[in-house]
Formats: sequence, structure tokens, C-alpha cells
Amino acid sequence: MQIIKDKKIIDDTWSYIAEDAEPKGGDISVSLARWKKDKQQLLKSSGKLGVRIRPADSVEEIAADLEHIQLVELDFPSFADGRLFSHAWLLRSRYNYQGEIRATGHYMPDQVYYLSRVGVNAFNPEKAEHLPLVLSHLNDFTVNYQSSVN
Amino acid sequence: MYQYNEVDQTLVNERVAQFRRQTEQFLKGEMSDDQFRALRLRNGLYIQTHAPMLRIAGPYGLLNSKQFRKLAHIARTYDKNYCHFTTRQNIQFNWPKLEEVPDILAELASVQMHAIQTSGSCMRNTTSDHLAGVCIDEIEDPRPYCEIIRQWTTLHPEFDYLPRKFKIAVSGALHDRAATQFHDIGLHLVKNDAGEVGFKVFVGGGLGRTPIIGQVIRPFLEKKHLLSYLEAILRIYNLHGRRDNMYKARIKILVKESGLEQFTEAVEKEWLMIRAGRELSADRIAAMIAQFSPPAYEKHAAQDTSFAERQLQDKAFATWVKYNTAEHRVPGYRAVFLSLKAPGSPPGDMSDTQLDAVADLADQYSFGEIRITHRQNLIFADVKQADLFPLWQKLDTLKLATPNIGTVTDMICCPGLDFCSLANAGSIGVAREINEALDDIDYIHDIGDLKINMSGCMNGCAHQSVGHIGILGVDKKGAEWYQLTLGGSSENEAAIGERLGPAVAKDQVTKAITTILDVYIKQRLDDESFLEMVNRVGITPFKEQVYADY
Repeated sequence: MQIIKDKKIIDDTWSYIAEDAEPKGGDISVSLARWKKDKQQLLKSSGKLGVRIRPADSVEEIAADLEHIQLVELDFPSFADGRLFSHAWLLRSRYNYQGEIRATGHYMPDQVYYLSRVGVNAFNPEKAEHLPLVLSHLNDFTVNYQSSVN
Repeated sequence: MYQYNEVDQTLVNERVAQFRRQTEQFLKGEMSDDQFRALRLRNGLYIQTHAPMLRIAGPYGLLNSKQFRKLAHIARTYDKNYCHFTTRQNIQFNWPKLEEVPDILAELASVQMHAIQTSGSCMRNTTSDHLAGVCIDEIEDPRPYCEIIRQWTTLHPEFDYLPRKFKIAVSGALHDRAATQFHDIGLHLVKNDAGEVGFKVFVGGGLGRTPIIGQVIRPFLEKKHLLSYLEAILRIYNLHGRRDNMYKARIKILVKESGLEQFTEAVEKEWLMIRAGRELSADRIAAMIAQFSPPAYEKHAAQDTSFAERQLQDKAFATWVKYNTAEHRVPGYRAVFLSLKAPGSPPGDMSDTQLDAVADLADQYSFGEIRITHRQNLIFADVKQADLFPLWQKLDTLKLATPNIGTVTDMICCPGLDFCSLANAGSIGVAREINEALDDIDYIHDIGDLKINMSGCMNGCAHQSVGHIGILGVDKKGAEWYQLTLGGSSENEAAIGERLGPAVAKDQVTKAITTILDVYIKQRLDDESFLEMVNRVGITPFKEQVYADY
């Protein structure tokens, strides 16, 4: 599967481990609940680690763990749920998170410009055929009125 | 007034290009209804009962003659030769074609206008005092701060998908003419004990289904912290506002459910973490104030004697001056209201010929500027007193000089069932009937200051809950009925009207209104206004008469 990271289309190396599934090798991401429950065990695995955040989650809960986390996935249940925009901003601006922040789930290609401004640097589009569209929408505007992450 | 620089112009141009592409994708079937809905709403486009409706931003109500001519052109070319002015100082077209909307937006961009964020769950057009900069009770002109807020809210990347719509109003005068206590955030410019001017910040006010008066979250905010404080409020709302029920999603419900104390604590905590480094510089504020510097007033305007003479000679002119003009801070000048409430015309509507003519008059008499009021009228803010007589004559020919500003026939009225897909009941027809029943201008003037607000549904676009008399259209088994309230006010002594009793049938509304007015005329004391009397006696004397036959 391909995604966009730092404005380039690349192959995705990550896999998401469902709530009740056994962790496998390679780079894996888990839900916040699982992260909190199995953190010690997960830290022993060989691959890189990621956490998938839902809108109602609080990113404050992973703030102290960010040095161990290479990917934060923002999982959109609906494009209308704007909480994830604030989560991205908080990760970058408040907690100084330097790893990958990736939008996934039900967001619109037309939202990626805003997402990139609040610090999202990777995009897993809902439809694979939208990859070129997402890439072009990252340049929807050349000017901004307000400061944000970018 | 504010003039776009290259950044402003590029931004609106790029927004037009973006929406053109989105519309094409939708029309080709490449985007779902749901997705396009969210995107078109953020460009002011609703799908209504008969056709789309396009809402255009009137930034804090301030427009120029060139923009008015463009509105006239759009009305002629893309619509049915008229437009509608709204209670949030915006402009609406009721008959655009979806496929032509990108062209309309491009026309608007060519005169520094747009429809960005005039609907949808995002930060809306910032509104203000329609007499800003010219009134006699001003602490400081709010418009520079409105423009700073306009820019900050426009395409804000973090706060474009809020739980619900979000409205900000700013007032700079002692008398609140911007209904700031009924906004998600209300800002009052105030002076503290040290003589510094800053903002008193209200939060959680709103109309609609659950009208709530805003509460003070910060009695004094230094100007330099304006944007960081707004950001703190918006972040707390974006993260914690309810998203499970759209009727409970406004910030007023969050403030109510968390309690003001807890909400304030969360905002202040957030603000302390972000405010450093985000101060508005004194230079930026000064540069913005310079954009609103006063026009070149004539020094000797007050020496004119014709104004006083004309008033003595012509009673109709004197009456118009009394009701439709306001005192100006510069001697020899007055602010002039153009009444969009002529008998027989839908409240707040204007034709293309009127728009063009008003643009010419603005150029001739008021430095080319026109303002929209939140009671759906227009203002020429800077008219020399010697020019008032010829201006009045010309406005009269255009049917824009009905001397009824602030009176019972200066009704706020939404488009209602005739146009709006949300409405339960008609409003324009009822307004016309009330207007016809009150055809005696002397009687209207005898009643004096009385604000009737009428909405066709619970969403309350016409602010019925803060009308001195509020009329709310409701649906009763498929029939149009009307709920009456008395004693509301959107000014300093903010109040929500009290329900008079059961809803009345459509053919009984006018009779109920005239009955209420009769009770007032018979029972008022000396110079007591309608609102003062309602506050003194309560609703019972009115109720007894209105429901006497029930």
C-alpha cells in the first residue's frame, strides 16, 4: 500500500494491530487503549512503534511516551470531526513531537492543506486513487493569515 | 476602510479556484453530497426550498460603492434582480445557479469580497457596531480589531471543523449596538482603572433554540493578547464542545454544562501556555487603525444654516431627520439610515436599481461607503448636514426614506417559508400584514421605540427571542402558528423575551400585535417606552387582552 509522506508517494511499512490481535514483527501501531495497557511489552518489540488516536482521546496521555513513538495516526471517524486538527497542533507545538503524524480514515482530500498546516506530514487517503489528488491539494494556497505549525 | 493587499487578494483568488474545482468535481459525480455540502457551506452556499442561496460576507457590515455596484450586477446577471441583507451584516442571493456560483465568487473577488465561512460549522463573519467610528459614545473604533479578527478567523487551519457555527461580535461604544452578549464570543472595548483600553470578553451567548446571555469570562484583556485569547477559547471548544447532538453543540452548552468557573479555568490555563510570543505588536495595531482613519471632513460643515431652516419649513423632512439620522461625533455631520422596511417591500430586500442608485448617492454624499446594520437597514455614516435635504429627496424617490427606524414597522424578518428549507412558517407575508395594519405613521411614531423580530422557525435567524416583541413561526399539524414573546432585548440590559401564552393562528397574528400596542398606549406612563412598560408591569396585562376571546 502507498501513502504520502513529506509530499512524496512512498510504500507504507506500517501495520495496525487490532485490539485483540497478537503483535507481529515490523513497524506496528496500536490504539491508545492498547498502548496504555501493553506499553511495557510493546517497548520490547524490535520494530518501530506507533499509536492511533481517535478524536475523543487525549494526546496528553502519550505526551510522556513520545520519545518511544515514531508514528501518531489520526483516525478520522468522519471528516467533520475537527478535534484531530487540535490534536496534531498539540503534538507539534506543545509536546514538540518530531515523528510522523499521519491522517487516516474518513477525511477529505480537500482537508489536507489545513492538516498539513497543523503539523500532519503523512496521508493515507481513504481511496488509493486519491493519492495524486491529495498531493496536489497540499498546495491549495500559497498565502496564510495566521501562524500555526507550518 | 480596509483595502486588500496582495496577500488578501491572492487568498480570495485561490479560494475561488479551489471552489471552482470542487464544484466541477461534484457535478461530475466525483464527490459525495455530504462532502460537497461541507465545502459549499464554507463558501456560503445553501441548497434551499427553491434554489441554492448564496450568503456573502459583509465584513463587520462595511462596504463601498464599487462593491454595491457589483452586487447590483450579480443581482441582474445571476439572480432575480434583488438581494437580501441579513442580521449578521451579510448579503444573500436567493436564486443563483449552482454551476454559476464559482463565477459569482470570482466577480466578488474582483472587488475584494468573498463568501468564505458565511455558513457551516466554522468561525463566521465578525460583526460590529454599525455606527463604529462616528458615534458619540465610542471608547475606541472597533473596526481595526474586527479586521484583525476577520483575517485570523479566515481559513484558520485548526478551527474550520468545529462542533457547530461560531460567531464573534465587537463593540467599541458605551451602548451595545452589536448584540455582543448574544454571540459565542462578545468583545467590548472598555477602559480600565489605569485608563488603558482593552477588551471585556463575554462567552457562551447565543440565540437560536436555546437563547442564552453571554457571561464575562475576562473583565479586561490587554489588546495585544486578543488573538491568543481567542485561540485559547476556540481550542477548548474544539476539543470539548459536544459533537453527539447538534442541538447541544454550541459553545453556550459547553459553558453551561461545565459551569463558567471550570470553563474559564480551562481557557486561562490554555492561554497562559500559548500567549508568549503571540502578542499583537503595537505597529500592527497602529497600521490597522490607519486603515480606518477618518475621511476628509469639511471643517466648517456646522456653519450651514439651511439644515435648520429646511426642518422648520418641511415637516416630513424634520420627521425623517428625527427617526432616520443619528448624531455624529463631528459637528455638522450626521449618520443617515436608509430604511429597507418600506411598506409592501420584504424587510431587508433591495433591487438592483436601488443598489446602483445607493452606490451613486454614497459616492456623492458619504465618501463612497455604505454600512449594513444588524436590523437589516443601511447607513451612510458621514453626511454633511447641508446635504441631508437633497439626500432625503433622492432616497424618498428610491423608497428608502420611510421614517420608521427603531419603530414598530422596522421589523427584523427572516426569509421564512417562502425561501428557506428550515422554516416552519412564513414571515414575509405576516410582516406585510402587520405593516398594512399599521399604516398611520403618526401612530407608529407615538408608539416610539419598539423592536419586532420575527423568525419562521426555532433557528431564530431574525433574533425573535430578543425582540421587544418576538414572533416565532411554529408548525402545528401542518398549519402555520405563531408564538409571541415580550420583553427581549439585545442591548446592554440583555434579556430574553417571555412567552405570552399559547401560539396564535396565522390570521390572528396582526390582531394580537395591534392589541399589544393598544394595551401599551393605554397603560404607559409619561415617556415610558414599550420595553420599560413590559419590565414594569410584566406580561399579564398584555396576555389578558390578547387571549380575551379564547
